[in-house]
Order: sequence, then structure tokens, then C-alpha cells
Amino acid sequence: MRLYKGGVGQASWALHRLTGIGVLFFLFTHIADTALIMVGPEWYNKIIAIYQMPLFGISEIFLFAAVLFHSLNGLRIVIIDFWPEATVHHKLLFKGMMGIFLAVFIPVAWIMLGHALHGGAH
Amino acid sequence: MDVKFKILRFDPDKDKKPHWESYQVEMEPTDRVLDGLELIKGRVDGTLGLRRSCAHGVCGSDAMLINGKNLLACKVLVKSLPQPITIEPMRGFNVLRDLIVDMEPFFAKYRAVKPYLIEKDERPEHKERLQSPADREKFEDTTKCILCGACTTSCPSFWANPDYVGPAAIVQAHRFIFDSRDQGKEERVEVLDGRDGVWRCRTVFNCVEACPKGINVTKAIGEVKQALSKGELDPPK
Ligand code: SF4
Ligand code: FES
Repeated sequence: MRLYKGGVGQASWALHRLTGIGVLFFLFTHIADTALIMVGPEWYNKIIAIYQMPLFGISEIFLFAAVLFHSLNGLRIVIIDFWPEATVHHKLLFKGMMGIFLAVFIPVAWIMLGHALHGGAH
Repeated sequence: MDVKFKILRFDPDKDKKPHWESYQVEMEPTDRVLDGLELIKGRVDGTLGLRRSCAHGVCGSDAMLINGKNLLACKVLVKSLPQPITIEPMRGFNVLRDLIVDMEPFFAKYRAVKPYLIEKDERPEHKERLQSPADREKFEDTTKCILCGACTTSCPSFWANPDYVGPAAIVQAHRFIFDSRDQGKEERVEVLDGRDGVWRCRTVFNCVEACPKGINVTKAIGEVKQALSKGELDPPK
């Protein structure tokens, strides 16, 4: 079956789901790695060392993007749900939201990328 | 001009699953997609199954997926579409044949929201029930619905859960809920507030883009959500 040609509404809905699942997946792994402390500190340290590799630093940028998109889009949906009048300008609302997304994401991602590449995440 | 069509065909007596067939017909650029389908049915393959009636965007019979979007075949000019023009039946309904889908579940939901004026008080004798222009305006948009099904079958929530009452039925409920003369609001609450009611709407806006009548479907659904959450549709105490 081919994709239905929806507009920005469908795209943002699909991304909302995707980022939601992505963040949930991260939370589960995060719970699992933190739980390793109960197995033994050396296990915990091992896993944290893996996290400090640049690859993970970069995937943290994706994680940040997912959380940011999911929260901003969630706010957009709240606005639409509370003020049905906002539906009239829903495309503008989406553009505005993406504007805020980029304005926050680009500088933060830049800083995170620096950290990821020049030793030690965080 | 030569117009190419690709149509998803399905004959339940012969086919296990739907398959694509290609056609080419000579048409005027200002002809509509429906004209093309009629030409194919009349001159090329009489077995093509489709629904139509008015051919003027009024009856709502010929909503279908045209180039991946729900549209009324009688409203789209062939020159406005890239070719080949792909035609599929609406999604989420059972296909009876080719482009003909079983709309009975759709109309069952329509009936479930009681799409008629419910009067409880005595009707004023020899008088109309008066309504101010401002009150009339509240449901103006939703009076335009022609029950074509384009909104409901463009909705991902409906594809995922065919029991969802769907945008079209909510639009119809809105038409009466916000009518100042109607006194049966609470009779519609069960369907609208239930687990397959308005809360399944995820504000995807596919319905708004699909509606051939330009109804702001998501706004209507939003207003029903608001009315429900504020208790405005509860029975009078
Ligand atoms: S709201 Fe629009 S798309 Fe939905 S059934 Fe009515 S006319 Fe068709
Ligand atoms: S045939 Fe009546 S709406 Fe298209």
C-alpha cells in the first residue's frame, strides 16, 4: 500500500509518533544501564565509557532533536485542542514551531557536536 | 490530449487481491477525472465499477484516491494532475468492486450521532423556532457536508481503528449540537465521548485537506472536544 499524500499535519503526526517511540526506547536503555550499578560499579563504568565515544555523542544530538520536536509539537497540538480557532492557521502554526525548533536546535547541536568530537560528552 | 490512467481493479469473484490496470483515453484538458473514468467504462472496459450520480460535486458519490489523495473525481480537471493519474478506492472500507466500497459502516456511524433536530419542548403553535443570525453562524460550516467519506477515509486514526466514529459523523453531530433549537445534545454524548469518539482525533488535518466542501473539519471536531470537556453537552440539571 502506498503512502497517503497528506500535508504537514500528517508529516508532523508521523514524526511525533516516531520521536515518541525513539525517546521511549532511550528511556528503557537508560533505565537498563543505570540498573547496571546494582550488578557492579565496573559494569556501570564500562557502559559509561562506551557512551562517551563520539558515535554516542552524535546520537545524543538525535535524542535532543527528538525530545525537542516531540515537546514543541505537543505544545502545538495543545494549542489546537484548546483553541479550535487555531486550526484556521494550522500551517502557519507548524511553520512557527519549526522555526523555534531550528532556532533552538542548531546552536545546541553545534555545541553538542563540539563536545562529542573533542573528547568527553557532557 | 492523451490521458493515462492507472486504476486499482478488484473483482471479488475473480481476483484474490487488487491489481493495477493501465488505460489511455483521448480527452479535453478541461475534462474532469470522472469524465475519463466514464470514457474508460463506456469505450474500453465496461466492467469498471464506480459510483457517481450528480457529476457536479453535490451528491458525494465519487470520492476516491486520486494520485494518492482523496478527491471527488467529478471536481478535478485532468490537466491539473500529473500523469498517469492513479485511481484507488477510498481506504479503510471494504472494497466491493473496483472503486465501489461498502459505505454501510460509515452510514451506521452517521445514524449513531442522530443527525436530526431533536425537539423536547412543544413546538410553538403556527410559529417557527426562531434563531439569531449569530446562532445560525455557529454551525454554518458543518451544514455543507455531502457525506462523501473523503475525510473519514483520509484519517490515520480511522485506518488504525475502523470503529472510530470518524470526522464525517462528528461534522454531522456538530451541525446539530451547535444548533440553538436542538434539545438532544446529551443523546449524542455517548457516541462522541466514548472510547471510539472524538478523542481518537489526533489533529492530523488530512480531513481538512480532503474535504471537497472546504469544511474546517478539525475545527468542528475541536469544538465538540471543547464542549464535551466543559460539560456543555451534559443533560440539563
Ligand atoms: S466533512 Fe467534507 S469530506 Fe467529510 S463527508 Fe462531509 S463533505 Fe465529505
Ligand atoms: S458525482 Fe456527485 S459529487 Fe461527484
